[in-house]
Amino acid sequence: MGRAFLKKDLTGKERSQGRWVLPVFLVSGSVLSFAIPHFDLLDQYIQLILVYLGINIILALSLNLVNGYMGEFSVGHAGFMSAGAYIASFLTVKVFPAGALAWAFPAAVVAGGLGAGLLGLVVAIPSFRTRGDYLAIVTLAFVMIVKSALENIDSVGGARGFLGMDKLTTLPWTFFWTVATVWIIRNLIYSRYGRGVLSIREDEIASGLMGVNTRHVKLIAFVVSSFFAGVAGALFAHVLQFINPRMFDIIKSTDVLVMVYLGGIGSIAGSILGATAYTFLLEALRPLEIWRMVLMPLMLVLLMLFRPRGIMGLRELPWLEPAADRLSSPNGLNGLRNSRGANGFGGKRKDE
Amino acid sequence: MIYLIQQGLNALQLGSIYALIALGYTMVYGVLSLINFAHGDFFMVGAFLCFIVVTFMGIPFVPALLISMAGVAALGVAVERVAYKPLRSAPRVSAVITALGVGIFLENFTLALSPYPKHIPTIIANTSWSAGAVTVSSLQVVVVFLSVVLMLVLHFIVQHTKVGMAMRAISWDRNVAPLMGVPVNYVISVTFALGSGLGGAAGMMYAMAYPVIDPYMGIIVGWKAFISAVVGGIGNIRGAMVGGYILGGVEVLTTAFLPSTYRDFVSFSLLLVLLIFRPYGIYGRPRTEKV
Repeated sequence: MGRAFLKKDLTGKERSQGRWVLPVFLVSGSVLSFAIPHFDLLDQYIQLILVYLGINIILALSLNLVNGYMGEFSVGHAGFMSAGAYIASFLTVKVFPAGALAWAFPAAVVAGGLGAGLLGLVVAIPSFRTRGDYLAIVTLAFVMIVKSALENIDSVGGARGFLGMDKLTTLPWTFFWTVATVWIIRNLIYSRYGRGVLSIREDEIASGLMGVNTRHVKLIAFVVSSFFAGVAGALFAHVLQFINPRMFDIIKSTDVLVMVYLGGIGSIAGSILGATAYTFLLEALRPLEIWRMVLMPLMLVLLMLFRPRGIMGLRELPWLEPAADRLSSPNGLNGLRNSRGANGFGGKRKDE
Repeated sequence: MIYLIQQGLNALQLGSIYALIALGYTMVYGVLSLINFAHGDFFMVGAFLCFIVVTFMGIPFVPALLISMAGVAALGVAVERVAYKPLRSAPRVSAVITALGVGIFLENFTLALSPYPKHIPTIIANTSWSAGAVTVSSLQVVVVFLSVVLMLVLHFIVQHTKVGMAMRAISWDRNVAPLMGVPVNYVISVTFALGSGLGGAAGMMYAMAYPVIDPYMGIIVGWKAFISAVVGGIGNIRGAMVGGYILGGVEVLTTAFLPSTYRDFVSFSLLLVLLIFRPYGIYGRPRTEKV
């Protein structure tokens, strides 16, 4: 399908739809992210929630890559997050000179992400052989091992935790990293590798037969996903200014899972929406005190019973999809919606 | 040597509890192919039921055990009916998320009702017998003996009764079993009742052995029991028992020779290594996918 055909066939309206939303959002967002802290436009508390929102979006989106688009069931996100948090904090507190922190912070965040990505490589290897439930266990064991290892390393405080970080995670940085995550993951999904990722979700054996190098694709998906989890961890550590291994246990992973499945798997807009809904609901329900923690899981169960695919449920906002995708099938990527695999988990297997 | 025997007894006690919980995971998985992530919290509810029954009503050991088991079994059946049954034909991941949600709900609901850790009073008189330098406490004897009895009962039900046969039929082929007249809903309810009941018994025994209980106790113990089930090969009853004792042994040995903070590290690393070399557990058979 040539470019000329594309131009001829799409109405001008539809093309411009994707054209103005993004730049307007980016410019106004970055201006606001500088203006809000500078002029104190919003309450400190709301600013803090916005930072957490950004971190949650990064976490949900990166987990969606593995769990939603690739159809694996990983619960290891907290482990990657803690790796990023500890590496970045160690760098800013003990390695980088105190005067240079302002510009060294991005380097620390990237280093945290890279460290987490390296761990992602380790977790990806068992995923070559096992899938579904057994991969869930491997990633679970990974979370426990990372937590347990950190508790036994004295130079980062062991079980007592690690502190001394400056509050380096500002609103502009959060905005930058959130946009970067959305941009990179979105482009990855609509690239050739992304098609490979989707084909693994639909049917791993068939995609191998079609010439997809499934190992390579899995490796990339895991590494990218854990890189951004590490980035989120680094940001998290520098807003809270205190971390300890117990923060990054299986409950943290569950939080991220809830955001992903609340928003809907296999959808960027879904992850953003899920993270937003989760973050704000948790704050809005604060007057209920302990009962909000009872209400949240109850809502999740009800959601699964009555709308099992989450809020977006494999749909995507039009301006996040490339024009060619909208053209080639009525639902873009989600033309897959009717195939058996789009249920996540590769749908029902024949032999089950 | 004496030290080793002593630790071996501790391992038997811990392993029995893991094995009992692991049975619940493995039975539900065998019949529904669902990892019931709420099972660890069923175990926690069992411990709390034991606390309520013993502290407020002063009921002795055996009826208290039966009440705990029955209560948790009823909870298991209710959760299955309300939360899992509507999702039986839905994508499996929805059911797994629902199970996670039910688990968190149970934890936080219990936390809301009882914000502080509770202390379980002594239920069985704590006598201990010594043979040479090795001491055996009455608690250890009761836990191990009772677990073995419960496992034997379960084995009898699964292998020698009609319901057990139906369970095995469903786990063999879920689509054909109903065609042969197996009442699927009834059998699944029985499976949940049995598995949860064992979890409740484990909860009570755990509460007697480690008498401070809190709403989050089910998370880590539950995951460890789950690992036992996987080590043995999930879906396989014998595997769950063996896996429980293996994990118990590994944990006790680790704490015997290394600082106790290394316990989780060693047991989970072992799991990881085992899964890489034998991804389907000890008794599990690799599932081949037909194309």
